[in-house]
Amino acid sequence: MSRARVLVGTRKGAFILTADGTRKDWEVSGPHFGGWEIYHVKGSPADPDRLYASQTSGWFGQILQRSDDGGKTWEAVSNEFKYDGNPGTHQWYDGTQHPWEFKRVWHLEPSPSDPDTVYAGVEDAALFKTGDGGRSWQELPGLRSAKGKIWQPGAGGMCLHTILLDPIRPEEIFVAISAAGTFRSDDGGVTWRPVNNGLKSPYELPDPDAEVGHCVHRIARHPSRSGVLFMQKHWDVMRSDDRGDSWHEVSGNLPSDFGFPIDVHAHEPETIYVVPIKSDSEHYPPDAKLRVYRSRTGGNEWEALTKGLPQRDCYVNVLRDAMAVDSLDPCGIYFGTTGGQVYASADSGDTWNPIVRDLPAVLSVEVQVLA
Amino acid sequence: MITMIRVVLPFHLRNLARVYDEVELEINSAQNGPVTLGALLDAIELRFPVLRGTIRDPDTLKRRPFVRFYACKEDLSHEPPETPLPPEIVTGAEPFFIMGAMSGG
Repeated sequence: MSRARVLVGTRKGAFILTADGTRKDWEVSGPHFGGWEIYHVKGSPADPDRLYASQTSGWFGQILQRSDDGGKTWEAVSNEFKYDGNPGTHQWYDGTQHPWEFKRVWHLEPSPSDPDTVYAGVEDAALFKTGDGGRSWQELPGLRSAKGKIWQPGAGGMCLHTILLDPIRPEEIFVAISAAGTFRSDDGGVTWRPVNNGLKSPYELPDPDAEVGHCVHRIARHPSRSGVLFMQKHWDVMRSDDRGDSWHEVSGNLPSDFGFPIDVHAHEPETIYVVPIKSDSEHYPPDAKLRVYRSRTGGNEWEALTKGLPQRDCYVNVLRDAMAVDSLDPCGIYFGTTGGQVYASADSGDTWNPIVRDLPAVLSVEVQVLA
Repeated sequence: MITMIRVVLPFHLRNLARVYDEVELEINSAQNGPVTLGALLDAIELRFPVLRGTIRDPDTLKRRPFVRFYACKEDLSHEPPETPLPPEIVTGAEPFFIMGAMSGG
């Protein structure tokens, strides 16, 4: 029987949860790297026991960890993320120019086909790549040429937080940056262009339709429909049917279209999930009810999923990298909260259970299906 | 001249370096000159490559803002790398402390 393994990054360490295919009883191991902020842990699709973890600290900086045995043992690999050449400056909060400075790795995206190849999204926003299992990292500097000089940090920092790779079209890569927007490369990461047409940010930007500057919180897509993208923006849930060339809003009947994560059902390309948050000023669920919203129509028509989730006095947030789906049947959905709970649904979202609670604030959740 | 210096690392760096007590570092001071703060930090990173970047920036070699260096009840955190270490540190009579600065979280 297949097993599920959930990789949880928190403010104070990483945790690994495992269960059989029923996904009812979970075993928790951790904390790994206790006391460190673990922004992201992700396994290689080509070798599920190859894991990469971003370990970071305000005191001691960035460490990059790798495991070759599914998280039983770890080895620190290179933590040198040097921008290519002189990175110059980007726009600062006060409108002045500010030098590009590496702060931390937000997101790790292993190649679909090679366990030694991984992309890393960092703050200040840039994309790095390793081809040797993390022993060295090289920047793909063409991304910062896509108007990087006018990118500006959001409140959480100027982070590259989403990387979408396509196993069928390896030359096509999408990334998303807060607060710069979405960018696409059609040549394997050498050159890039902003793909933000249709995004509107009237409360954040002087030009609501600006080419760059939008606070994209997350983008997602189904592996079988690589041209269809879904986005949770600062405000607005958006959809593109043309590889990001144009976007239209699909927020529909959501109680709030502010939020952070968005994900797509593993077997139903038009079924998507978001977790609405009250507002940009109040990062907790509307009406103090933790509700995942599911659309089976690719947006616009949404239903609240509440069974097993707290429906009163709930004031947690769900961060952008803290939702994942597994490929079992029925599809499993997982998300972690800033209150330290990880909730899972083994029936596509109909019912939920906390599979661990009282962890430190959850920064990221990933799931693997193991043979 | 070869000297043996005792270094106490903070909890998180001990874990990274996989050491569980203070460490002893052999430093060969050039032409019998003084053993400096910078030479000690070089020696730590040479012995424990995993600590490269955790104590000071790997490019500029500037101390990370929330790391402190203490020796013989003195704060050497703001001293330049060419600062000679106190004799008690060089002889091994006293350990050199690397600490995480006090801050919440």
